[in-house]
Amino acid sequence: MFWQQFLQQFWQQLVNGVTLGSTYALIALGYTMVYGIIQLINFAHGEVYMIGAFTGLILVTVYKVNFMVAILAAMLVCVPLAILIERVAYRPLRRSTRLAPLISALGVSIFLQTLVTLIKGGPNPLAFPQVIQDTVYVLGPVRFSTVQVIILVMASLLMVFLQFTVKYTRIGKAMRATSEDYETASLMGINVNRVVSFTFAVGAALAGAGGVLVGMYFNSIHPFMGVTVGLKSFCAAVLGGIGSIPGAMLGGIFLGIAEVMGVAAGFDTYKEAIAFGLLILVLLFKPTGLLGLPIQRKV
Amino acid sequence: MEAVVNVLTNPYYIQVVTMMGIFLIAALGLHVITGVTGQFSFGHAAFLSIGAYCSALMTIHLHTPFILNMLAGGLMAALWGVLLGFPSLRLTGDYLGITTLGFGEIVRVVFINMKITGGAGGLGGIPRETNIVIVYIVVALTIWGLYRIQNSRFGRALAAIREDEIAAESMGINPLLYKIKGFALGTFFAGISGSLFAHMMQYLNPADFGFARSFEILNYVVLGGLGSIPGAILGTAVLSLAPEFLRFVQEYRMLIYGALMVLMMIFRPHGLLGGIDFARLYKKIKNKRKSVENKNTESI
Repeated sequence: MFWQQFLQQFWQQLVNGVTLGSTYALIALGYTMVYGIIQLINFAHGEVYMIGAFTGLILVTVYKVNFMVAILAAMLVCVPLAILIERVAYRPLRRSTRLAPLISALGVSIFLQTLVTLIKGGPNPLAFPQVIQDTVYVLGPVRFSTVQVIILVMASLLMVFLQFTVKYTRIGKAMRATSEDYETASLMGINVNRVVSFTFAVGAALAGAGGVLVGMYFNSIHPFMGVTVGLKSFCAAVLGGIGSIPGAMLGGIFLGIAEVMGVAAGFDTYKEAIAFGLLILVLLFKPTGLLGLPIQRKV
Repeated sequence: MEAVVNVLTNPYYIQVVTMMGIFLIAALGLHVITGVTGQFSFGHAAFLSIGAYCSALMTIHLHTPFILNMLAGGLMAALWGVLLGFPSLRLTGDYLGITTLGFGEIVRVVFINMKITGGAGGLGGIPRETNIVIVYIVVALTIWGLYRIQNSRFGRALAAIREDEIAAESMGINPLLYKIKGFALGTFFAGISGSLFAHMMQYLNPADFGFARSFEILNYVVLGGLGSIPGAILGTAVLSLAPEFLRFVQEYRMLIYGALMVLMMIFRPHGLLGGIDFARLYKKIKNKRKSVENKNTESI
């Protein structure tokens, strides 16, 4: 009896965890790709995701568009924003010390949070309206809501599309070459600046879509939502092995499951610490993450 | 004249300057870790909070003298610095940064969940022991101590690790051991700073020690000029006073603050005083004068 109940709970929480985890994965991809190419922790990425969520909200409440249109529009808004951030705040610092672009990223992050707070008129959360008829599907022991299905389908579609782009297109090949060796790639006639811009654009598109999906899932968004989710997604990227695209997906889903399971097991007051605790544990035993390559010490 | 006296005795300004001194101690601690040893730490605020809670709880429950509590706060922070540093300082660069960031968040969540710290409601009723004189005596001692350490065998070993870990190792320096010692020293100052903070504000809340505070302290050190004590002082002074001077723009304050961070980094990527060594500069000027004098005597 207890066992049966436990199993049912387990499958249900697994589905919830994978749903949450796939939104983390969407954002983690942006961190991991940028890090893979220019070794920068793009702390402003969480803010891109937040602005994606707000764009979606404006579209569905003011213009009453379909949620698919809102997701696409959010992606389209986030792309030029991320390219602009890279141009203004990171490119002048590319040859500088490691900490300079990091501080610059934090500056951008503070700037965007304040900007959205000012435009919105206060830091309190806004309700994200119900954009779709929420029906519940039952599959064996598990109950899915429509939003969960949409998140899972959208996230998998985007990730498949990303894998395809990176593996089989010209620009994807350039991305892989640049992340392998920035200098050599530039000597081989690859326009590395374009590759970096493209990487930021792809990451931002995924984050924008993630923002709208999370808004639909949790029905609430606020100007500082990018901070914790951004940090956790970055954790996911490091957990999976930073610089590795499958690693970010794995890390995100792993983290989502761990967090949902942790809360279900009664550690809800420690929710925010689960991700970081896991991260530290993994790094201690496998210092470059689950799918990361070992670091070589060179003289 | 009266206006000057008014400004100098205005309790609000005194509080601002005192807080600046308190965060200067924390910034000098981070200077040891990031500036001298070259290790990233994105969780410095956690050590402030450990020191703050430790000393505040001692004051409230044990009624021991403040100086003792302050030292205990510093030592407690250093102890946790060693405990964290021992496994994680084997990591390099960004991985170390992320581990310390994670540690900072965990500490915050633990303090929210603990009963003795008052949880999310915060810890009140701490007697006020800190004043501007005590803070600046500690600041002076810290600066003096750090100059002594930097010019010692130990300080040079830390700098050698920053410049090239492998070369330092081949010169007989045990990098892990020295990194942990440096980390302990830096977190000790963070704990002292936290203790002073606790007995200044008389109230502690885990939310005050989130990663935003850690990055704020990192900003002080980086914007002033990484690796230079005058840089850390200047960075702390400029950035902790900037919000006060930006008060006239009111709600646009943080907007300008963020934009300033980006602009400062673009135009001075090594910080305001980056690459300027005052001790060496002073020696150079002295030597020049001496050589001029020598020349003059020779010509006679």
